[in-house]
Amino acid sequence: MLQVTDTIVRYGAITALHGISFNVEKGEIVTLLGANGAGKSTTLRMLSGLHAPESGTISFEGKDLTQVRAHEFTRLGISHVPEGRRIFPQMTVEENLEMGGFVRKGSFDDDVDQIYSSFPILRDRRKQLGSNLSGGEQQMLAIGRALMSKPRLILLDEPSMGLAPKIIQQIFEIIGEIREQGTTVLLVEQNAAQALRLADRGYVMENGRIVLSDTAENLLHDERVRAVYLGEGV
Amino acid sequence: MRSPVAATQIRRFLALLALMAVVELITGPPGSAEEPTIGITRSFSEPTSFFGLFVTPRFVLFFAFTVIIYLVASLWRSQSTSIVAIWNTTTAQPRAFTQRRAVRLSTRGGLLVIAIVLPLIVTDPFWQSSLVEQIAVYILLALGLNVVTGFAGLLDLGYVAFYAIGAYATAWVTGALPLAPPFGIHMDPFFAIPIAIVLAMVAGVILGAPTLRLRGDYLAIVTLGFGEIIALFANNLNTITGGATGTNEIPHFTFHVGPVNYRWGLGPVPYYYLALGFVVIFIVAFSLLEHSRVGRAWTAIREDEVAAESVGINPLKYKVMAFAIGAASAGFAGVMTAAQTNFVSPATFTLVFSINILVLVIFGGMGSIAGVILGAVLVQTFQMFIIHTPPAGFQPQDLYIYLGAILVAMMIFRPAGLLPSRRRRRELTMAEVGKSTAGEILIGEQS
Repeated sequence: MLQVTDTIVRYGAITALHGISFNVEKGEIVTLLGANGAGKSTTLRMLSGLHAPESGTISFEGKDLTQVRAHEFTRLGISHVPEGRRIFPQMTVEENLEMGGFVRKGSFDDDVDQIYSSFPILRDRRKQLGSNLSGGEQQMLAIGRALMSKPRLILLDEPSMGLAPKIIQQIFEIIGEIREQGTTVLLVEQNAAQALRLADRGYVMENGRIVLSDTAENLLHDERVRAVYLGEGV
Repeated sequence: MRSPVAATQIRRFLALLALMAVVELITGPPGSAEEPTIGITRSFSEPTSFFGLFVTPRFVLFFAFTVIIYLVASLWRSQSTSIVAIWNTTTAQPRAFTQRRAVRLSTRGGLLVIAIVLPLIVTDPFWQSSLVEQIAVYILLALGLNVVTGFAGLLDLGYVAFYAIGAYATAWVTGALPLAPPFGIHMDPFFAIPIAIVLAMVAGVILGAPTLRLRGDYLAIVTLGFGEIIALFANNLNTITGGATGTNEIPHFTFHVGPVNYRWGLGPVPYYYLALGFVVIFIVAFSLLEHSRVGRAWTAIREDEVAAESVGINPLKYKVMAFAIGAASAGFAGVMTAAQTNFVSPATFTLVFSINILVLVIFGGMGSIAGVILGAVLVQTFQMFIIHTPPAGFQPQDLYIYLGAILVAMMIFRPAGLLPSRRRRRELTMAEVGKSTAGEILIGEQS
């Protein structure tokens, strides 16, 4: 579905991605792991059109995405839940969701209702401003907003960042449900243990390279992964 | 320990008091080299008459202003919160909603009726022409800048450029410029209206497309430069614009259809009605726009551009659109001014002019159509008042000091403007509710 081949991204003199390749198949949850500065966020910036790769190709359902601009991704069926959630602070929950359906024509009241049934807490808060929500609620709203465009692939950038463990658990359950409903998920996370328990496959990044790729099951039991990301001594 | 609410109130009052003291001293009697303190001492000793109502030293007068402004502002604040409370309870019931709609419609109708009969009440020639030149035209300009700054959140310091383009376009098509009019036909200013609006919008696109990738301060500087460039063109392209002297040969509007012949220019009143008609058209168009898909895209971009892109909004496209649409009403305002005064000259199109329009928008309430109209009416009336009939002890040349003081006072008491847009008012109410509960909790802990 999504095929990234040998992409190199540079910020001026600094090379952030040294030719990375990976793929995501329809219906999968794929996770991209790595420490701070490994290149995870750069990869997602590249995949949402915010930073074009210098060389290499990105293709989605056979279409070349290398030169596509950020705002065109939504229309192509890729929705991005940005790092730090990026809720519209002075719009209500409902208005935020409606903005999510911006690229679609016609009425989408049914879809808003569907989001509310996935996230009942958002229904209770529908008239509240985005800025008055808690971190977990904002994350749910950001995911709900991204789902409003009916994407075939959803990119999640650090959804667990700054949230309490119980809320993280909830968010990951929701990500599982998203896949059940037929949306493919690419999940970028620092929280390796939980991400690997949920995902089908995973890639581990280090210094702008992909150093490991395997099924989530195998990665979870890989010694190097356990040592570095799961905090267990060798 | 004082409660934080009371502390805020005291801080606000002291800030206002300091502001008024500065204004009082600057605008007061001048000192001299021999007696540098005389300006200060005379503020306390020399009695000033205030509209002949009472005679008192200047400092008493300004102290009274301080107290009055403070009381009005405090009363308004407490009232507006209670209005919001009533609003919130009534919106729960659909019947109240239709009632509110009726109230709103009748308010608008009433204001329109007042606007229509206004020239019959205001008969003084100075004020009648001010109604057109200083108020109606500025309302048009404020409405347009509100689209750019209020709706789309773009700071434009060169907005006067579009007004200049409208005025010069009028001079061009009516044959008043050294540059030959299109096809050599001297047209009536009526035909300048669509031409000026289109030219202003095109200028908006030309300016916007390359520069709107910039954000915030950078955009402000580029637009400022654009305003200056247009003014320099007007000043120096002698063979096209007539140079520094401009032109004073622009004809009045005329209307000839069948047996109906009408010529504007016999007084300001016909122009007033023409302007009023267009003000209504622009109000309707801009408020429809505000609640359209385009308006929602502007709100999204204003609040968070990255998030707006992530839901599929092309920020550049909508920003250029805001520039072009905002330019339209300025273009029309240019036609109005040119035709009514028969005169265009580069001296009008200064940076101060752009800032004046921005003041109207900020004062009235960015993003609120009713707000910017109220802002334009009040600020422009105040300006005309100080220039035309200053009260004793007030000099017209101190106008900008008073305007500045009013703006500072606004920032202390109503930072979102007189009539902020619903979104911004909601934001303020939330903040106030948050603050007052925090205060109550603190007081509760004390007792």
